[in-house]
Formats: sequence, structure tokens, C-alpha cells
Amino acid sequence: MTIQEIQQEIVDEFALFDEWMDKYEYIIELGKDLPLIDEKYKTDENLIKGCQSKVWLHAELKDGKIIFTADSDAIITKGIVGLVIRVFSNHTPQEIIDADLFFIDQIGLQEHLSPTRSNGLLSMLKQIRMYAVVFNSKVGS
Amino acid sequence: MEATTTYKLNVEEIRKDFPILHRQVNGKPLIYFDNGATSQKPQQVIDVINRYYQHENSNIHRGIHTLSQEATDAYEKARTTVQQFINAQHNHEIIFTSGTTGSINLVASSFGKKHIHAGDEIIISTMEHHSNIVPWQMLCEEKGAVLKIIPISEKGELLMDEFKKLLSPKTKLVAVTHVSNTLGTINPVKKIIKLAKAAGAFVLIDGAQAVPHTKVNVQELDCDFYAFSAHKMFGPTGVGILYGKEAILNELPPYQGGGDMIKTVTFEKTTYNELPHKFEAGTPNIVGGLGLAAAIDYMNNIGIENIEAYEHELLNYATQKIKKIEGAKIIGEAPNKASVLSFLVDGTHPTDIGMIIDKLGIAIRTGHHCTEPLMNRFNIPGTARASFAFYNTKEEIDTFILALERALKMLK
Repeated sequence: MTIQEIQQEIVDEFALFDEWMDKYEYIIELGKDLPLIDEKYKTDENLIKGCQSKVWLHAELKDGKIIFTADSDAIITKGIVGLVIRVFSNHTPQEIIDADLFFIDQIGLQEHLSPTRSNGLLSMLKQIRMYAVVFNSKVGS
Repeated sequence: MEATTTYKLNVEEIRKDFPILHRQVNGKPLIYFDNGATSQKPQQVIDVINRYYQHENSNIHRGIHTLSQEATDAYEKARTTVQQFINAQHNHEIIFTSGTTGSINLVASSFGKKHIHAGDEIIISTMEHHSNIVPWQMLCEEKGAVLKIIPISEKGELLMDEFKKLLSPKTKLVAVTHVSNTLGTINPVKKIIKLAKAAGAFVLIDGAQAVPHTKVNVQELDCDFYAFSAHKMFGPTGVGILYGKEAILNELPPYQGGGDMIKTVTFEKTTYNELPHKFEAGTPNIVGGLGLAAAIDYMNNIGIENIEAYEHELLNYATQKIKKIEGAKIIGEAPNKASVLSFLVDGTHPTDIGMIIDKLGIAIRTGHHCTEPLMNRFNIPGTARASFAFYNTKEEIDTFILALERALKMLK
């Protein structure tokens, strides 16, 4: 599936929920279920520190595609991080660079990207693009 | 505030004065428990601000026209209101600043220039807000001075014996908070000031969290500096106070240069204005000063003793309720506390709790509360903090506890 298609799939899943409560419960379940990152990658180097919660992000290139793994100490953040990983992981650097991120807005979670939330999510998205740019230059060379 | 005293306070009447308390958030009636961050404003304060811009707006201290004279009189009257509120000896000991942070930076700059030299020591405590840490760190770095830290107990009290050990002839300044914004601890500032003075040190008290809750008498405390903000005491943002003893302020060099702080200016030499204008360069936050005075009038009308006693009852009520929640731990259990309640619940992150109950219309603060070293002391990432004002009610606390239980059910 393309990044576009995965995002649309998530938007369709969330369309089932009328209430924020159901949405949050779903995100919390995602957060609980996903073993996102290998403990050995939970290093300070991979840490994106927000004022409110921490996010760890690890990236590696495999067969021309970037595999992202991530984690957070806060469960709602972790659930959203899980969705972001589902969208971006296992794609080529160029696909990630070209991607237009729309699903967070469409499922009504844009407040979690506000800088005042300071939960590390916004920095994580920047970091994902940064990895794509860096790996892209490697793939190209 | 160990013993609950009786109070005369009609919370239903008081709530009518605060328009924002009647709005909805996420479809639910707002319950505002983030008073430690900033307080809400009564109509009486909002009216003063509106009236100023509609009828009185003019620059102060420099016009010959009627409006300017009226604005100047009102601003100087506000200064006197503040003076009386904290019982300062003179009204020129009250310096208008941009807030507590502005006040502390003023002292760090002006006091630092005059009194701090290489090898000198400044003592702060583990529970300081970043705004009472970073200015001193910057000063120490610039001057080659040394920052010393008073440790705290597991309950969140200053270790006074350790403080005594830190005091020495090298100590030039002791800067501690009156009330901890994270723990709620009311520190024994009178004792701290006495000990510091005996050691020959100056003392600054960060009163940002104290002034909204308790009676402050700077002459009785005998501190050299006392700093606080209007917005945490039902006044507007962007204005605060630095109290300083006349003799000490007179000796300090000015902070910022500009209009209003000068006596005469030539390109060769400028002479500075007298107190308090020496420290008030440029057009000040005039309406902020008037709003602060209106907030003080409002608090005086209710009575600080009533506010203190009522809030103490709210704190006790909420503390008992939180303690009954399985896995809950209160951070800050000093016997002497203001109405700040920080807590954690096993197996949950404070941010998650804050986000969920926000959806239920309840505003609390989560995170490190600008006290990162304190969080490190307790080895925790942050806390969830409910902080109460005199317009909050026990019914709101009941709703908050129900919301909290609902959040915990989702998270665990």
C-alpha cells in the first residue's frame, strides 16, 4: 500500500467512531498492543524529548526502504506514534519525502501536533523527514 | 495553614463575578484547576481594563494634559494599593515589572552587577521554578560565582539543617520560593530570612504562588526583595511586582535604560531618576498596573484570611479523595501546604490523564511544571497537578475525581 492508501485506511477506521472517548480508547489499545521498539534502541540518541512526554525513534534502511520503530512513555502519544509508524515505515526515502500527511487532521487529532502540547510528536514527524532526506542522499550516491 | 479556621465566603456569589467559569469546554462545563499556572479574572478587573482603554488611555508621567494626569494618578494609586497589600514601608519600594520572571531578572542584573563577584555564593533550593534558577545560573557563569542548592525531604520540605550548613561568609544572596508551584509546600521563609541575614546575605523571595493564597507582610518578613505576578492573583498578564528595600534599591545600578528612568540626559552623561522610576524604563504596562490594583481590591473585599481558609478546606477535601484512588501517590506532603495538589497514579502517565479529563471539561496541568531539577530529585517524569482558587468548589472536585476514575479505567 502507498503512504496515501495507508492514511486513507486509518481515516476509514476512525470514521467508525462518533465520540472522542471511543477514539481515545482505540488509540490507547493501539498504544498498549504495539511493542514498537527494541529496548536497545531506547537510547538518549534516539530520544525526542517533549515537555510532557518522551518519544524514541529509531530508523534503519533495509532493501532501499526505511524501517521505523518508535515508542513513548505516554500511552496516547504511543498510540498516535504507532499510527505514524504504520504510515511511514517500510517506504522508500523518496516516497516519504513526497508524502503529504493528512490523516492526523482528518481523524481529528491535530491538537496533538500543536507545539503547546509539547509531546514530542511534532519533533518526531520532523525527524522522520530528516531520516528520509539523509537516507535518500545515501541511496542516491 | 495547619489548622482549618472558619471562613466567610459565598462561593456561588463569587463565581458570578468570573465570566469564564460559565463557559463550556468540549461540551462540558469548565472546571478550572490550573490556577497555579494562571488564575481567572473577575468582571471587576475586566471592567477596569475596558474602561481604561475606552475613557482614560494616555501616557503617564509626561503629559501636561488632563488625561495624562489622570492616568498618572491612577497608576501611582495602584502602586500604593500594592504597597499596602504587602505592607511595604514606602510606595517607591514597589517596582512595576513584567512579572515574577522580570522581577528576578532585574535583581540578577542590577544586584548582580553591584554585589556578586568571583567566588561568591548564591543559595537557591531544589524546589525552585526555572525562573528562580536560570537567572542565577547565568549570573554565576558571568561572574564566576557558585550556585548552592538546599536539598529537600521526601515529603517536599526544605532541609533546614542542610541550609544552615550551606550558609557562610561567601553567601551573598539566598533566593527561595515562598510556596512551591509543584509541591504546594509553604516554606518557612521568615526563618530562612533570619538565618540568611545572620550570615550577612541578602534575601529574595519568589512569591508568585504565595500572594494569591496568603497574607504577605514584607516588613515582618524582613526580606530584601519579594517578587510576584499579577496574573496568578486574578489580575492581567504581563505585569508584576518587585518589592525591594529602599536603601538597597537606591544603591543598585539601573536595569534597563530609556525614557522615564532618567533625570537629565546629555551625550556626555546621564543622571538617573529616583525610585521607583529608576527601574521603570519606557512606557510601562499602565493598564496592567490598574488591573492588578483592581484584583487586590477584589481579594481584599473577600478577605485573604477567608480565601486561605476556604482553599485549605478544598485542598484537604481533594487530598483525601485522591488518596483513596488505588495506586495514587501525592507528590508533596509537607504539613504546611497551599492549595496545590500534585499526584501520580501507578502505571499511568500524567499526560494521558490530563488529555482525557480535558475532554471532560477539566483543566489541570501535567508535566514538569518548570521545575525539572525537582522532578529529577523525585526521579519522576512529571506530575498531574490540580491547583485550586477560591472560586472552585467541592462539587467540582467530586466531578474531577469521577473524571479521573474514568480516565484511569481507560488507561489501565
